[in-house]
Amino acid sequence: MERAAVRRRLTWQAGTVVDLVSETAQTRSIALELPKWAGHRSGQHVDVRLTADDDYQAQRSYSIASAPDDDHVVLTVQRLKDGEVSPFLVDELRIGDELELRGPIGGYFVWEDSLGGPLLLVAGGSGIVPFRSMLRHHRAVHSTVPVRLLCSVRSLPLMIYRDELMQVAAYDAFDVSVTLTQEQPDGWRGYRRRIDMEMLAEVAWSPSEQPLVYVCGPTPFVETAANSLVELGHAASRIRTERFGGTGA
Amino acid sequence: MYGLDGNAIAGTLFDVFGEEMTAAWAHCAHCGRISPVAEVWVYLDGPGIVARCWQCESVVMVIVDRRGVACVDLMGLASFEQASPSALA
Repeated sequence: MERAAVRRRLTWQAGTVVDLVSETAQTRSIALELPKWAGHRSGQHVDVRLTADDDYQAQRSYSIASAPDDDHVVLTVQRLKDGEVSPFLVDELRIGDELELRGPIGGYFVWEDSLGGPLLLVAGGSGIVPFRSMLRHHRAVHSTVPVRLLCSVRSLPLMIYRDELMQVAAYDAFDVSVTLTQEQPDGWRGYRRRIDMEMLAEVAWSPSEQPLVYVCGPTPFVETAANSLVELGHAASRIRTERFGGTGA
Repeated sequence: MYGLDGNAIAGTLFDVFGEEMTAAWAHCAHCGRISPVAEVWVYLDGPGIVARCWQCESVVMVIVDRRGVACVDLMGLASFEQASPSALA
């Protein structure tokens, strides 16, 4: 009976847009004031629902970019070509508008300090979004878990949170590696190819250190990264993955 | 086309089961693989949700919305158990 008492349905709630930040030409961060928000864990996502004048509804999932410790819930959305929901969120939504969502959702692709590390985060394109939440949370709770982050993105202008990640890289606990897969600026000293086993072997912790690994990105990216890590000797049970339909790795 | 994974249906599963289910253990009746629900293939392009085993690609779960009622068929699962929080650490 006690168990039944905590069961509930996810309810839709309205949030008010309090800030909008263009991260790249294709992505925007949306900060929301959510009076009924009960808190979240880093890595969780929300479902966003748009309702047209004729009551047609479209729903999509977006990772939460803010830490549980931040003042507002922030979603970072990438505009998908021919998308039904993302073009509105990236191009049309204004400060003061209301947005309907439900969440937080998910209990698998989450990290909190008690799970420990060392941590390896592997992001393809907008797969960086849940990791921004984890990195901010890591700093907010003064975690001592060492973190290595590998970001794969097509070009520097398409890199979400570029400035914030550069700041993060200056902290002792964090090591940030970037691969630019399509276009590199002059003098670029990072990687310049798609993610592969050799790159992961260089960036990742040794399997003997038993890192906790999170991989997030488009499905082919996640498959390559996760399979390579297993081949390198990492335990599959220590690798958590999240795939999405977008592009950008 | 590429599939997604069980994380993509976390909201639907919460609605159906009344709690967070992506970390629950799904036991494939066909090949015996046991994995978190987050690690099954998920296809959303059809009229409903189809989930397939990561390893053998057998259909393990179908969820169809019928006039607002979720019809859930766990035909390919030998068992489906909520994970204890420590089991994933």
